[in-house]
Amino acid sequence: MQPQALDAILEGRRSQPNQLIEVLQDIQENFGYIPREAIKSVSQELGVPLIEVYRVASFYKAFRLNPTGKHLLTMCTGTACHVRGSNLLLDHAIDQLGIKPGDVTPDGLFSIEHVNCLGACALGPIVAENGSYHKHMTPAKLRKLIETLSHQKTEDAHHAQA
Amino acid sequence: MPKLNSYRELEHLRERLREQRQSITTTMMVCGGTGCQASRSQAVIDAVRDELSRQVPDHSVRLCVTGCHGFCEQGPVIIIEPGNVFYCHVSPEDAFEIVYQTVMNGEVIERLLYEDPLSGQRFRTESEVPFYKAQDRRILSQNRMVDPCSIEDYIVAGGYAALTRVLNGIAPEEIINEIKASGLRGRGGGGFPTGRKWDECMEAPGDEKYVICNADEGDPGAYMDRCVLEGNPHLVLEGMMIGARAIGAGKGYIYVRNEYPLAVKNSRIAVEQARELGLLGGNILGSSFSFEVDIARGGGAFVCGESTALMASIEGKVGEPRPKDVHTVVDGLYHKPTTLNNVETWANVPSIILNGSSWFASKGTKGSKGTKILALTGRIKNTGLVEVAMGTSIHEVVFDIGGGAANGNPIKAVQTGGPSGGCLPLDKFDLAIDFDVLAEAGSMVGSGGMVVMDEETCMVDVAKYFLTFLQDESCGKCLPCRVGIDRMLEIITDITEGRGRMEQLDLMEELADTISQTAMCGLGKTAPNPVLSTLRYFRPEYEAHIKEKKCPAGVCKALITYSIDPDKCNGCGVCVRGCVHGAITGEKKQVHVIDDQLCQKCGICRSECKFDAIQVT
Repeated sequence: MQPQALDAILEGRRSQPNQLIEVLQDIQENFGYIPREAIKSVSQELGVPLIEVYRVASFYKAFRLNPTGKHLLTMCTGTACHVRGSNLLLDHAIDQLGIKPGDVTPDGLFSIEHVNCLGACALGPIVAENGSYHKHMTPAKLRKLIETLSHQKTEDAHHAQA
Repeated sequence: MPKLNSYRELEHLRERLREQRQSITTTMMVCGGTGCQASRSQAVIDAVRDELSRQVPDHSVRLCVTGCHGFCEQGPVIIIEPGNVFYCHVSPEDAFEIVYQTVMNGEVIERLLYEDPLSGQRFRTESEVPFYKAQDRRILSQNRMVDPCSIEDYIVAGGYAALTRVLNGIAPEEIINEIKASGLRGRGGGGFPTGRKWDECMEAPGDEKYVICNADEGDPGAYMDRCVLEGNPHLVLEGMMIGARAIGAGKGYIYVRNEYPLAVKNSRIAVEQARELGLLGGNILGSSFSFEVDIARGGGAFVCGESTALMASIEGKVGEPRPKDVHTVVDGLYHKPTTLNNVETWANVPSIILNGSSWFASKGTKGSKGTKILALTGRIKNTGLVEVAMGTSIHEVVFDIGGGAANGNPIKAVQTGGPSGGCLPLDKFDLAIDFDVLAEAGSMVGSGGMVVMDEETCMVDVAKYFLTFLQDESCGKCLPCRVGIDRMLEIITDITEGRGRMEQLDLMEELADTISQTAMCGLGKTAPNPVLSTLRYFRPEYEAHIKEKKCPAGVCKALITYSIDPDKCNGCGVCVRGCVHGAITGEKKQVHVIDDQLCQKCGICRSECKFDAIQVT
């Protein structure tokens, strides 16, 4: 975690407890999750008890307290996606990657999360990979997507060696 | 642009901008909304821009990247004016042809026109397309007129004229009377009369008051607020300004979910632009009215749709509701009188001021006036955002606009109102979209989500889905909601996994009754609705799960088996190769077989088979 980045986020918001959620949003945007050290600094700088910062960070779905893999697969499990079979997609991702939502694969390549709605309901089921939407997904398409992303890594490594 | 100091300066600016645009002969409106972006519309936009600079260097053609047009299923879409030519499923490779043939030579490209899936007929203009034709798009139609990042576009389209009128001599009481007379009710779910809310807030003692725009849109399966805020943020801002003027608020917040990055970005830009022009800040347009707006990003909690929880969240706290003995119009954000309305409600305000309450009330029913935006999704042909007059029947929306069943399976239900709403069966489709009518039937209009379900949707699974959602989203503060939903979920899991007993249905109804009577906030009170409405209308499905240990829709994994229809299978081998569990065997050109013991019911074979040979029973 770079302290300068955290400083920039806290700038103009110090000693303002009502800025807590906004600050946490920016920290996550910057670091991809809320690092432990950041929680401590935020507590001190905003004047909010440490336990309260942790409470807020763990209450809201939007916040992650652990880093994600290189490819974050966000499975939309909204109603519209659900009736088009999004549960099969989530089950499939868990099965193929061997991890639970919130965890990271041992090679650091993938993590899965499920969210209530990505707001592209007309095109469901939706799976987002690092924020880029894949529409009308099926278990077979998801399998291919995961395979393609895994191969990218092998190719990258190959290029690096060459 | 310099700051505007009076109403006249705003009108001068409007005239000047309109004059500047007189040299524009053609406008290409390309949808840049989230739906079309998921269909790679950015590449289309870039390609069109390139073609325009190559083929039409004189700027007589304007490319307008707009918000959502509603017909997301057909994205990326382009409308070309004049002519109202509507192209769908546009790819970047089409850009040359569109600019050369349609823009330069006025010829229509047949293959890009919308084709009706039933009749095969192609429609040349947007207004002829059946999906749009049956709608009444008072708010959504404005999306296609403006680039959401351009305050100039909004002003050219007549924006901020309602604000001018309000500041130019309509007293706060008169504004409120006009809103009351219009019959506008809250579009976020509750359907509370907006004018009454404003009135109570204006009357509440205190100098410091707030207005809030709820753009948290917690209902999974609804996205109208996203599209209005994303596509026309100044319309929402103008509505908030008028509301703030009426109740005497000096500060407003737009509470928007962070999962909607484009809505966050566009509303931030809009606030910045309005500030620059002096439409936000001190002494707006030279009047005594001062108003500021901040954007607060939500943390993705459904309970924050509850007004008191939302306000706690803006204050930087955990989004837990509190008892509403004193309403938020008196004791709201930072314990000050606060008016909270949702995006669509605010977006209706400017046109009520401009066109009058009787214009607004000319559409709708006795108790529900105006239009409502619905997110029409699920298992139907035409999915997207739909705006219809209140009072339109569910049947018209699902069949006339939605085009009916998507893949030949008969439609059996529609879910309205999200996790607080309910499921209505086909024989209730003659009911009108009306706050009171749907509530009477055990569902609600809610924020306008309409998820269509067919014979392959299991209603017990739907009820379980909502209970899982609500259990996850319950803040845990009060016991009936925290424990009650959990117990209901246990029972329904038993039923979907073949352990259900008939007496559990009565127990579930009893639990539902207790929760709805004793939970503290709206989330808990309405949480049993999906279970109650499915029990009311689809009881035979519950009974099939319990008595026959079968899931008629083929969804509940514990109660289904996958098999291959020997009459349909031609032995192509796709499923054999696709099955990651090695459960399918069979020689080429021979009927394949699924091994029940190895099959994990993952659905890959079913999504891959082109001959519809995989059966789920």
